[in-house]
Amino acid sequence: MSESSWGSESELFPYAGGPLTPTGRHSGDMDEDPVIRPFMLTNGRTQPLHDGLRIETLLRAAPAALSAPLRFESRRIVELAQSPMSVADLAVALRVPLGVVRVIVADLITQGFLDVEIQPEEFSTSLIERIRDRVRAL
Amino acid sequence: MSGRSSEPSAAHPIAVKIVISGGFGVGKTTFVGAISEIEPLVTEAELTEKSIGIDDTSAVSGKTTTTVALDFGRITLDDALLLYLFGTPGQDRFAFLWDDLVTGALGAIVLVDTRRIEDSFPAIDYFEEHEIPFIVGINRFPGGQQFSPSEVRDALGVSPGVPMVQCDARDRESVKSVLVSLTEEVLAKRANRERAGSTW
Repeated sequence: MSESSWGSESELFPYAGGPLTPTGRHSGDMDEDPVIRPFMLTNGRTQPLHDGLRIETLLRAAPAALSAPLRFESRRIVELAQSPMSVADLAVALRVPLGVVRVIVADLITQGFLDVEIQPEEFSTSLIERIRDRVRAL
Repeated sequence: MSGRSSEPSAAHPIAVKIVISGGFGVGKTTFVGAISEIEPLVTEAELTEKSIGIDDTSAVSGKTTTTVALDFGRITLDDALLLYLFGTPGQDRFAFLWDDLVTGALGAIVLVDTRRIEDSFPAIDYFEEHEIPFIVGINRFPGGQQFSPSEVRDALGVSPGVPMVQCDARDRESVKSVLVSLTEEVLAKRANRERAGSTW
């Protein structure tokens, strides 16, 4: 089974379309091992540094974050979040699982590149009525 | 003082979440897709240590994570108000994801397939236990036997206070009407609570 070949360090970070591994097998060989380890993007971390990031939490990036030296996924997030985007929106746009986005987003918040849009403690009656009326008018 | 000062502005939009639940294959994806403006799918990766041994799909043994697909929909209601719909994962073994999905939700819709009513029990139990406002949507399936809402209510064992609506998850107008019914239920619950509070 393919897992048995995982002792070699060069194979610990397989990503689709990657170079040939020392065994001569394409690391992105989808037939043999379709699993792309999702938490590779977070260096294996699965716990966000920032609690309370809900699936619908809206995030917004400061325009200045665009000139920060960020790596690919982080850069995409600050680009996308120039207008408010939820954690779920970002997961869909980046095609990565929510858990992965939470870790990257929490890092960006800690680094000051992303802000959480403050939400009301409780939905007001007028807000719920507004939701009802807007849905009806869709 | 303007009463609008606390209203959200375009600069600070509000995100509202509604949870769509029910058994596997009850029509959650169809329901969300009928009204969402985006592709109705998002994934969640979870460590699978807890599911090793109960995962009957031998092909995935040895994975360090499992990926769960969740239904996800977004509706821009106005420039400062976004409505998100999230479907709960259909299989019981992903129930540990529910708390995260449900926290902060405005309310929930439990879809029911009258051919498999029992599949909706876990969702109803969960929302009752967590005191989340919810309504039941009886999804019409072609060829499915028609039951009256009161028959379905008896079969589900939900209290008379829980609204039951017929719907067609494929039909945008029907889905809109279910969402409106849920907002009405949330408003009614709130009015009741305020009335109860004012008697003191």
